[in-house]
Amino acid sequence: METFSQILQLLFSGLTIGAIYALIAVGFVIIYNVTGILNFAQGEFAMFGALISISLVKANLPLWLAVILSIVIVAAIGAVFERTAIHTARKSSMTTLIIITIGVSIAFRGIAILIWGTQAQTLPPFTDNTPIEFLEAVLLPQNLWAIGLSIVILIVMLYFFNYTFTGKSLTACVVNPFAARLMGINPNKMSLLAVVVSAGLGALAGTVIAPISGASYDMGMMLGIKAFVAAVVGGLTNAPAAIAGAFLIGIIEAFTEGLWSSGLKDVVSFSLLLLILFIKPEGLFAKASGKRV
Amino acid sequence: MTKKNLKLIYNNSLVGPGIFFALLFCLPLVGSNYTLAIFTMIGFYALVCIGLTMLTGYAGQISLGHAAFYGIGAYTSAYMTATLGLSPWLAILVGALISALVALLIGIPTFKLKGYYLALATLGFGIIVYTAFKELSSITGGSNGFFGIPSISLFGFEFMTDQSYFYLIWFFVFMALIFSRNIIHSRIGRGLRSIEGSEIAADAVGVNLMKYKLQIFVTSAIFTSISGSLLAHYVTFINPDLFTANTSIYFLIMVIIGGSNSIWGAIVGSATYVLLGELLKHYVPIILPNVGGEFEIVFFGLLLVLTLIYMPNGLVPQFIKIAGKRHKKERSAPIAFSIDTRATGGKTND
Repeated sequence: METFSQILQLLFSGLTIGAIYALIAVGFVIIYNVTGILNFAQGEFAMFGALISISLVKANLPLWLAVILSIVIVAAIGAVFERTAIHTARKSSMTTLIIITIGVSIAFRGIAILIWGTQAQTLPPFTDNTPIEFLEAVLLPQNLWAIGLSIVILIVMLYFFNYTFTGKSLTACVVNPFAARLMGINPNKMSLLAVVVSAGLGALAGTVIAPISGASYDMGMMLGIKAFVAAVVGGLTNAPAAIAGAFLIGIIEAFTEGLWSSGLKDVVSFSLLLLILFIKPEGLFAKASGKRV
Repeated sequence: MTKKNLKLIYNNSLVGPGIFFALLFCLPLVGSNYTLAIFTMIGFYALVCIGLTMLTGYAGQISLGHAAFYGIGAYTSAYMTATLGLSPWLAILVGALISALVALLIGIPTFKLKGYYLALATLGFGIIVYTAFKELSSITGGSNGFFGIPSISLFGFEFMTDQSYFYLIWFFVFMALIFSRNIIHSRIGRGLRSIEGSEIAADAVGVNLMKYKLQIFVTSAIFTSISGSLLAHYVTFINPDLFTANTSIYFLIMVIIGGSNSIWGAIVGSATYVLLGELLKHYVPIILPNVGGEFEIVFFGLLLVLTLIYMPNGLVPQFIKIAGKRHKKERSAPIAFSIDTRATGGKTND
């Protein structure tokens, strides 16, 4: 029974971290699909989300309002980022674009140091955080919040992309930007929308994880890179597959940490990344392989 | 392309580097120890960046994992000299060999990838190696770091002072610069440029993409490893945090700021990075007294983005432009920046 409860425990923390990765990974996929850019600054949106909500709570705002406001603020930061960096350089080569988003992520991290310093901070949990016992495993309500919120948001996202007009327009830009333009869809506007939506998703991920593992200026990088791994594992263009990849990575990391060594969890997930890149670069769940030129 | 232009591009004259290094080597006569320490640091970065420039600018391949080779060099030197008591020169050589081997092994599958996947794969590789430095604590000392790395000696002369390390590292930079220039001006260099221009076209005219990419990757890994080895002897204490993914990104920043399609960009870029960093560390706390940590990265991030958007060829061509306006005849700088479409940094006009 003890091994069972341990496995349940690890599965639960894997799902929690997987949910966070999923939110960020979906952001990657949205931006990549619409603009063709893999945004290395994605993790920094989570960092901003976490730190801004902490500051707002310190300014005596109620927690729910702080979370919503921080998501709105980060979405606005995303809009500025899209207009100034991505839009200006959209005609550059892929290598240049990669390095531009890396530059932006470094600048974001520096801004965070200037505003919040280097000290780690915490956000109070969304609700009373008394552990719940479930089949001899201990579950924290904040983790339930993380998993629940992510699943709700991800379902909303899938609905948005498949059943609303704006979402369909975004999808159209992915499938064929030229044809989309002929149909009266403005790809520039869609690119802005894509970055704003994924910045908001990143911010939500940040606010959800802040009560669990704290927040600091350098939290974004690892979150971002792990979400990358998740997106690549799933195949970069497919949101549901990226979500599956995110939960897979989260669970693998939790089990490595619990059963082996916490230091090695990065090695395991990045080895998985390299393995997939070398053997099946189109992703684990890809149906057909095609070259994206 | 006129013959004069070709001469400008394939300038093999030693006059430019000769004057530069002659002036540089006079620095210890006038500079304080602080200045020397700064320029020694620039030297370490410049050695790394020369290799990385060839990879990024000439071959058009991105690497976000070069800190791994920096670390492999440093830890090999540390372990072989401090723990095994072997000669530092042997250690540098072994470090370079290990780096070359690792680069070859990781390069073969990696360079089948392009663009984002290549960036991600090298990033992942760098993080795995960083974790190895942290976890293999019986060899590397783990997170606590590796203490007591002995200094280098040559024919009984022991490198102890900033001044001696200044000469040592810049000697290596000089060698690397000449070596790289020869590569660039050779058949390999032209092959690399064609890869940067268009892989498909290069492949079609019979350039062996994989071979060239691997050669340049291994070369840059060796330069980086030697720089890391020398760094270990200079600072005598290393820890894994010197070799994080951030370090790899900073190397890339230096290359881009300086200008990735000129070998001199590596030196200009690392000098800009170090000097600007020192200035910011000195002056920003006067304006913002509470600031701490590596706040200067905000400026480097912005500088990187602005460089890429407004002058994709980095600082070096700007220098040339200014110098070119003053002495129109003396355009003898050994820089291959003026080739065809490169001036637009791969941009296409509307």
